[in-house]
Amino acid sequence: MTAAPQPLDLSIVSVSKAFGSQKVLEGISVTIPDGQFTTLLGASGCGKTTLLRIIAGFEVPDSGSVHLGKQDLLALPSHKRPVNTVFQSYALFPHLRVYDNVAFGLRSRKVAEADVTRRVKEICEVLRLSEFTQRYPQQLSGGQRQRVALGRALINEPEVLLLDEPLSALDAALRHDVQVELKRIQRRYDITFILVTHDQDEAIAVSDRILVMNKGRIEQDGTPEQVYERPETRFVADFIGGANLIDAERLDGNRVRTKFGELPVSCTPTWVKGTVAIRPEDIEARTAAVPGGIPATVSERLFRGDHWELQVQAGGTTLRVVTDPDEVHQSGQAVWLELPLDDLLVLRD
Amino acid sequence: MGQRPIFDGAPTSTSRLWTSGLALIGGGALWLFAFLLLPMVVLAVLAFAQRDEYGEIIWVLTTDNIWRVLGHSSLGWTADNLRIIVRSVEVAGATTLMCLLIGLPLAFWMAGRPRHERALWMALIMVPTCINLVIRTYAWMLMFGNNLPPAWMAQWLGILLPGEGLYPSGFAVYIGMISCMLPFTVLPLYTSVERLDWNIVEAARDLYAGPWRTFRHGVLSQIMPGVVAAVVLTAVPSLGMYVVSDLLGGAKFMLIGNYMQVQMTGSSDPPMAAMVGLALIIVCLVGLAAMYRFGGKASGSPL
Repeated sequence: MTAAPQPLDLSIVSVSKAFGSQKVLEGISVTIPDGQFTTLLGASGCGKTTLLRIIAGFEVPDSGSVHLGKQDLLALPSHKRPVNTVFQSYALFPHLRVYDNVAFGLRSRKVAEADVTRRVKEICEVLRLSEFTQRYPQQLSGGQRQRVALGRALINEPEVLLLDEPLSALDAALRHDVQVELKRIQRRYDITFILVTHDQDEAIAVSDRILVMNKGRIEQDGTPEQVYERPETRFVADFIGGANLIDAERLDGNRVRTKFGELPVSCTPTWVKGTVAIRPEDIEARTAAVPGGIPATVSERLFRGDHWELQVQAGGTTLRVVTDPDEVHQSGQAVWLELPLDDLLVLRD
Repeated sequence: MGQRPIFDGAPTSTSRLWTSGLALIGGGALWLFAFLLLPMVVLAVLAFAQRDEYGEIIWVLTTDNIWRVLGHSSLGWTADNLRIIVRSVEVAGATTLMCLLIGLPLAFWMAGRPRHERALWMALIMVPTCINLVIRTYAWMLMFGNNLPPAWMAQWLGILLPGEGLYPSGFAVYIGMISCMLPFTVLPLYTSVERLDWNIVEAARDLYAGPWRTFRHGVLSQIMPGVVAAVVLTAVPSLGMYVVSDLLGGAKFMLIGNYMQVQMTGSSDPPMAAMVGLALIIVCLVGLAAMYRFGGKASGSPL
């Protein structure tokens, strides 16, 4: 490989892709800086996996370009790109032992066997696979297979590592461990990670940056904090954290009219009719009337361990409200809702 | 201790398990005994019997037939019989190889058709087997006759002398064999190709594998069980084939099957035919054992 003094940013420009009449990607443009942990977050069918497969070389875009530094990736076949993939199903070679699975990429590139041995040993230690090197994939647990898939890709020291929902087959406890592990490995090897997932918690936990995708477009691009605290569109507000979406109409003086009456907002909306949103945990439910409080009735309550989730009827719609576990409300109880000004989000649409 | 056996989610008794077990496998076991095991024993014993000049069997056991199969006779030793065995293995091997080379691309092509089309292609592949093999072979005889376009073409190209036909010849035998065996190669290949996990093929590409390495580790490793099945289903019947070589090969192209037939009908020597049959079975079993050993290693499944 050539020496790379300058950082290799991945730049994707106006990439579009359609399968038959179905448009999957509509002019995606984004630059991913070298060494960043970026997550493509979206529901199934939003085009995130297709974008990943275009970077890997398994799909060819109808238009647009993909460059890594100055290198045109689309001009290279997949087996010549400095990019490796961790597949959703892991796709380990069933006929090869863990050792040979991990060594596969190096052997493809005819690396001397002494180097192969050294590097496989090293990466198996990092990924805690040393005791399994002589096993076949079908003799491993899901978590172990996942680590083999990761090791098999990482050993090639790619410029970019693509991860296609690598944690979706793991159970919840293991998933948490692997998230921590992924973060550790990304820091250690300092390479660009692009993770595809539909799990917002996972995206928020591991990423430096989240690209929220919907219907073949990037809806929002920001840090996990920005995407969570300041969602810009209905889709993002709903998809991440399940915010309550409230139809609103602009009034003068930073106020909007909603089904719950007039509410003050922190900035002037750009629209005449649009949406404001509030997260369930930002709503305060009071048992006694408060000035400016919205009268409502608790219709359903679910205990979630660390919080209560209430379904609350107000102004003819249902709102989700999250309260502390010690604040016990009964079904049918009358409550007064407070929507703090700072937490009321004015969305773009 | 004293636990009652449980079968199919319900408690049962040992005697009832025996009864239902026997009822389930009894028929099959009886069939195998009567139509496989018993004839094998008869064949094995018959192979060591003798016959008189009129073809009557004399039940005095001897090992003469083994030596005769290996080429010894009262006139001394000839390599003719060994040549027949080697040629049979050659023809079966070459037929199997050709069937694989044709069948594999065909299986991939079929698996790539839209789902509703695949059944149609499968049916078209299988349809010729509905026609009797002898009739199909006669059709090839007509095709390869000296006054039809294939022969004209060969004559025009200078491969044949004017007026000659394309049969009897080794070429005609191979065409007949391949056309006869191909469906049995394609069927198991197609079944395994259709279930191919393309992610593993992509993984090989992703890990810098070139075309051959991708095929070896991404494709072949997955379809190996299908390839083994195809080889067995093609090679074993090819080894015993005699109709095709008899009709298309002429007198000079003798295979084990034809030799057996000659012993049975021409020489009225059933014990010798039985010994040749036994030899064929041994050749098959040796081949199968090697195949499973090699095939098991190539697909690498830990057993």
